[in-house]
Amino acid sequence: MSRGMHGRLRRALWLVPLAAVHLALLFPGFFAPYDFAEQNRDFPFVAPTRLHCVDAAGAFHLRPFVYALKTDDVSSVVQEDTSRIFPLRFFITGSRYSVLGHWHARLHLFGVERPGRLWLFGTDDFGRDVFSRMLFGGRISVCAGILGAAIALFAGASLGVLAGFYGRGTDAALMRLVELFLALPWLYLLLAVRAILPLRIRTIDAFLLLVAVTGLIGWARPARLVRGMVLSARERGFVLAARSMCASDWHILRRHILPQTYATLLTIAVLLVPQFILAEVTLSFLGLGVSEPIPSWGNLLAQLQSYRVLTSYWWMYLPAATLVMLFLLYHRASSALEKRATQVSV
Amino acid sequence: MVRTGQRLLHSLLLLAGVSLFSFVLLSVAPGNFFDELRLNPQISPQTVASLEQQYGVNRSFPVRYAHWLGSIANGSLGYSLLYRCDVGSLILPRARNTLVLTTAATLFAWILALLWGILEALHRGKWLDRLGGACTSLLLAIPDLLLGLILLALAARVTRLPAFGDGLGGAFGSPPAANAGLVSHLFLPVLALTLSVLPVLVRHVRSAMIAALDAPFVQAAHAHGIPAWRVLLRHALPAALNSLLSLLGFSIGGLLSMSLLTEVILGWPGLGPLVLEAMFARDTYVVMAAVMLSAVFLIFGNLVADLFLYWNDPRIRVVSA
Repeated sequence: MSRGMHGRLRRALWLVPLAAVHLALLFPGFFAPYDFAEQNRDFPFVAPTRLHCVDAAGAFHLRPFVYALKTDDVSSVVQEDTSRIFPLRFFITGSRYSVLGHWHARLHLFGVERPGRLWLFGTDDFGRDVFSRMLFGGRISVCAGILGAAIALFAGASLGVLAGFYGRGTDAALMRLVELFLALPWLYLLLAVRAILPLRIRTIDAFLLLVAVTGLIGWARPARLVRGMVLSARERGFVLAARSMCASDWHILRRHILPQTYATLLTIAVLLVPQFILAEVTLSFLGLGVSEPIPSWGNLLAQLQSYRVLTSYWWMYLPAATLVMLFLLYHRASSALEKRATQVSV
Repeated sequence: MVRTGQRLLHSLLLLAGVSLFSFVLLSVAPGNFFDELRLNPQISPQTVASLEQQYGVNRSFPVRYAHWLGSIANGSLGYSLLYRCDVGSLILPRARNTLVLTTAATLFAWILALLWGILEALHRGKWLDRLGGACTSLLLAIPDLLLGLILLALAARVTRLPAFGDGLGGAFGSPPAANAGLVSHLFLPVLALTLSVLPVLVRHVRSAMIAALDAPFVQAAHAHGIPAWRVLLRHALPAALNSLLSLLGFSIGGLLSMSLLTEVILGWPGLGPLVLEAMFARDTYVVMAAVMLSAVFLIFGNLVADLFLYWNDPRIRVVSA
């Protein structure tokens, strides 16, 4: 018993970093030190700012600090100016941002006093803070992923239940449609559905469209899975028993059949989210999704298409590394869920 | 035999459905190829209108669809406005390039995955299995896009392999000469593609092998004193092949559509860059041809998977008879 509890706790531990990442992406304004559009034209492609604890004179500081930056007049290389230090501050007042689109705030989790700069992930070609752009971009990409997955899952599950429960003509028609969607290559479908919509659109529209597009193309696989589960659940003894007691279709669905699908649905959902994030990333990478100056993980990745960025500025990979980390966490969570589902059913 | 015939008919119907569906999708899209010309003040609206008339882009939907069906019959597959030639002659060399790339990558991936998966299954729970599991998880979490970019950067920094310039420049690339450095041009895209399909295959091979190794008949074979390698090759592997054969079918099905992004990023002159460019330019028939070719492959792959299964597993034959 305690062993089982222990294992469950250990598996649930994976949820902590996952939740932390989503929290940071939900409130990027607070967790990012700067606004995503703030430019510093004097400092393009500056490497990540180094946090120090020991200053040039050899004195130890308990509070980490950064040096001021100066541009060498001759070589135009950005260097640290060790004469001025800016200590790292928490809960600092900085640029204005909106919280969930309704309230405004100026409080940031961390930062340094103004002329000092704290660029954790370095800067891009306009001298914008890549870390802040990563967080703001993550909000768009991950929201698009989650919403798209939710739409696909909801549509797929509803149609799958319909097909599996009512069978016959409905089933045949829906499954032919599923086959049709599965017979089209995923990327073509994505591009084709995207092509229906005008090429150049405003960012908010682009975001909503992305969600709709990705949701539209992803329903087929969940539908087929759910249909299979409903089909087997329908034949179970307790469903027959409920029927013999004149239970309505709706009652049987809600109380006997749907609960059987929840565990699998959750696992599918967790697997679908990274796929749908990837759909947004792919579209924005190709220039069909969210466009500058609004960041998204797709157009952050697209900056790597420039040969100079690709080969010279390693910190431009850091947003991509974050994405890989998030995907790893998602995959972990899904395999933990899968394990739990098989244990419960056994 | 009857079953095969039914499946073939079903596939053909599905293909017809796919063609109608994608044709509708592409027709619903706003604008057409000549929209760019409209923006040019030196070209009069009458010229644009007469061009549209000449190429029949604004005829009614059924007429265009019928026309397109007819063009399949004579093999031209429609006319590409962007390249000013028949789509058939445009797309076949590109499809061939894609197939060269994907066949090589699929072959390597399967060989590697079989070795790796069996090795993991034999060392289940030990450090080798854990290490392999960590590697596949990491590879699985890296998107194709990023994998291509990383390899491109590595190639540019470390080796002297051709990196094909940068980004989308490959869209206009010409096919590499067949003799001069084909292998060195193939190396990077094949590596990227192999690494991107590998983790899924390894996982399937591993779980199929584990299921087979746990089966009672394998234990019985061990109890009979049959050498371990013989049990592995003659008893466990054929049983594991069952689920892997349908996966092989999917691999075959994906041959034309799996490499689009990799091709675009690494500048391989296959279908990928062509389709993307045609998509941007609203060159409908090129997109249609590519979609249909890929769909044919996917459906054919599923068919092959079914037939493989039928051939390998006597139990299915009994049920369906």
